[in-house]
Amino acid sequence: MKKLLIAGLLLLPLTAGAAGGHGPELEDANVDLKDKASLQRGAKYFTNYCLGCHSLQYMRYQRMAKDLGIPEDELRENLLFGDAKPTDMMTNAIKPADGEKWFGTAIPDLTLVTRWRDPDWVYTYLKSYYVDESRPYGVNNLVFPKVGMPHALINLQGIQKPVYAAHHGEGSEPQVVDVELVEPGELTVEEYDSMVRDITNFLTYVGEPYKLERRSLGLYVLLFLGLMFILAYYLKKEFWKDVH
Amino acid sequence: MSSDTTATAADQPPGGFLGWLDKRFPVMAVWNDHLAQYYAPKNMGFWSFFGSLALVVLVLQIVTGLWLAMSYKPSAEEAFASVEYIMRDVNWGWLIRYMHSTGASFFFILVYLHMFRGLMWGSYQKPRELLWIIGVVIYLAMMATAFFGYLLPWGQMSYWGAQVIVNLFAAVPAVGDDLSTWVRGDYVISDTTLNRFFAFHFVIPFLLAALVFLHIVALHTVGSTNPDGVEIKKGPKGNKWSDTAPADGIPFHPYYTVKDIVGLVVFAAIFSAVVFYAPDLGGLFLEAPNFQPADPLKTPEHIAPVWYFTPYYAMLRAVPPIGGSQFPGVMVMFGAILILFLLPWLDRSPVRSIRYKGMLSKVFLGAFVVSFVVLAYLGLQPATELYTLMSQIFTVVYFAFFLLMPIYTKLEKTKPVPERVTT
Amino acid sequence: MNAEGVDQKRRRVLVTATSAVGAVGVGFIAVPFISSMNPSAKARAAGAPVQADVSKLEPGALLRVKYRGQPIWVVHRTDTMLEALPTLDAKLVDPGSELASQQPPYCANATRSIEPKYFVAIGICTHLGCSPTYRPEFAPDDLGADWKGGWFCPCHGSKFDLAGRVYKGVPAPTNLVIPKHKYVNENTILIGEDEGAA
Repeated sequence: MKKLLIAGLLLLPLTAGAAGGHGPELEDANVDLKDKASLQRGAKYFTNYCLGCHSLQYMRYQRMAKDLGIPEDELRENLLFGDAKPTDMMTNAIKPADGEKWFGTAIPDLTLVTRWRDPDWVYTYLKSYYVDESRPYGVNNLVFPKVGMPHALINLQGIQKPVYAAHHGEGSEPQVVDVELVEPGELTVEEYDSMVRDITNFLTYVGEPYKLERRSLGLYVLLFLGLMFILAYYLKKEFWKDVH
Repeated sequence: MSSDTTATAADQPPGGFLGWLDKRFPVMAVWNDHLAQYYAPKNMGFWSFFGSLALVVLVLQIVTGLWLAMSYKPSAEEAFASVEYIMRDVNWGWLIRYMHSTGASFFFILVYLHMFRGLMWGSYQKPRELLWIIGVVIYLAMMATAFFGYLLPWGQMSYWGAQVIVNLFAAVPAVGDDLSTWVRGDYVISDTTLNRFFAFHFVIPFLLAALVFLHIVALHTVGSTNPDGVEIKKGPKGNKWSDTAPADGIPFHPYYTVKDIVGLVVFAAIFSAVVFYAPDLGGLFLEAPNFQPADPLKTPEHIAPVWYFTPYYAMLRAVPPIGGSQFPGVMVMFGAILILFLLPWLDRSPVRSIRYKGMLSKVFLGAFVVSFVVLAYLGLQPATELYTLMSQIFTVVYFAFFLLMPIYTKLEKTKPVPERVTT
Repeated sequence: MNAEGVDQKRRRVLVTATSAVGAVGVGFIAVPFISSMNPSAKARAAGAPVQADVSKLEPGALLRVKYRGQPIWVVHRTDTMLEALPTLDAKLVDPGSELASQQPPYCANATRSIEPKYFVAIGICTHLGCSPTYRPEFAPDDLGADWKGGWFCPCHGSKFDLAGRVYKGVPAPTNLVIPKHKYVNENTILIGEDEGAA
């Protein structure tokens, strides 16, 4: 009986892959939330290239600066624009109606993108743009087909072209299975990958700012419970001497 | 908390504050009848932990839920943002939230294990039929609470999951559309629905607590059973602590209180490991699409209820529309839950515990467990042809466990039941 | 089983130890719940110190900023205004800022400020809470020839000078309150925080 139950319960982890199994293979973003330098660079890149359109409306500047080790005056000088105060949330001025007009849909806020997608997805997405004349902004994306936005980092990455599958069914569109860099941009492949990785790292932090704290706290909790277990166990054994 | 015999302690009325209280409220009577002189079988073992653990988790859910309600805003405009506010701005809000979401899943894990114990030990058999029935009502109340609660974060899965389930009411012939509109309070899931689901989610747990109280009263009236299914009250009398109590009984306090503390600590460790290291549990406890705010115009690729509902969801999807209506599927789904009420009368075995039942009972129980787990898995997947076929097969197995029970429990050869409890 | 004495002692120790550690555990668990009821980051942000940029504040002009829901005035006082201040002492209730509750220690001086040039005060009348009107001009018709600039509260007629000091014979009992503040640099005042702030 118990064996069947355990066998059954072991099936449950398989469901972890349930929802997101389709689509191209995702590259490993190599997230490291302890790498503050990477997070700081990510904050800088995101503010420069993405924040204009994509808000991070649940993230406070001050909290981010504190967690990433950015002193307040540097925050004010480099990351705060306009009227923004350190205690404000990282919002922008774009109106949803404009997003619809220019891109066909309201521009999504990205605070939680690495939780409803996946850090690896975000990383691969930023590397997978390719030219596609049929799209309004001239680009398409391998992990996000028919994406509505232009490639904000195209000058840095360079131009990629699609690689089609060797075979495809009759009458159907050839499948894009990979992308290939045909014209280099301002950065080398390694530099671009590193930049994109920093942005992904930063967004993973933004998705759950207290993640590191939660893990280190967990260790103390488990140690405490270990101690408690030893005491409770001996207490039980002592009393149950009466019963046996 | 000494181990001197409770017989003498009960004779002397207590002095001081306790004495004052005891003259006005049955403090000592309750203490004795339900703890210090409630004699439980001495061999209850591992499977008996889950009831008391479930009670602890109920209290945890009420406390964390109350604390969340201090900051949560039950309106379509503000709900999602208020959850992020709790996660980021409220001191320790993230911990309280994770405890509540993890607690919900663990509540179901514990209750499923608790119900499984009931199936194994024959705890639903006479004279514990009412105890079992109250338990099934508790299970229904838990499911209602969880269903209402899941809409509250107002994420994509919250919204669309609620949309799918409330639309089931629309499958009821003739009154369906009016019924589902009545449940929603609106023509679609909206702010009105969210507000009322919040009200229900807040209140039902107190009803649940009252039911748990009744459950324990019913239990203490007939006494606890044990893995051997031997009724200790029918056996010889007289033990170390009392001349009149069952020979195989031991006082619940201190022996089972002290044992339950160990169980609690182990559970706390497993619970904490999840809360602090994997609160999402790979998308099982906190589903990824729910980190996106609800969008009535965009349906997620794949809608599934939370794991603890998926066995029934798989059954619902397994039944094809008949005469253009999904109603048969709805009936099968609700039937799978309601059939639990009939269990005390479906089991015709002369023997209580699975230990002494025949091979047929063991096979069917094993098959039931496998089908429940497999259906849970299938309910999480998108509906392919293969998966639908498998769901159909396992739904049949699930129902066979119940519907064939009157036959196989009578047919099979049982083992002789011992007179006294074994370990 | 064993001699009663040995049994009991071990049990007492174990019970006490487990109860003590358990109580500590309960204490730990209580901390998040109690702490969560304190002001959240959002509340603290709303109450955070506010910066006032005075680089473009013309002489005689008043700048208004909001701090913790209250109006804060920053006035660029001219030399004429400053010179007039000591002449008013006889007409004032508390010319020397004796009442400590109305200003931080570093503003308990003749000009009730850190820098004489800039005056910082909470713009709320100490009578019943209206916000007085700024009357910097000297000797207007309605306030008389002796008026050397200050504030006039329209609600019940209280008057304050350009150092926020209350006149005798008006409903308001005390001088205008000066909030904690400090100079980040010569053009920026941080309101709500000062050098000795925790």
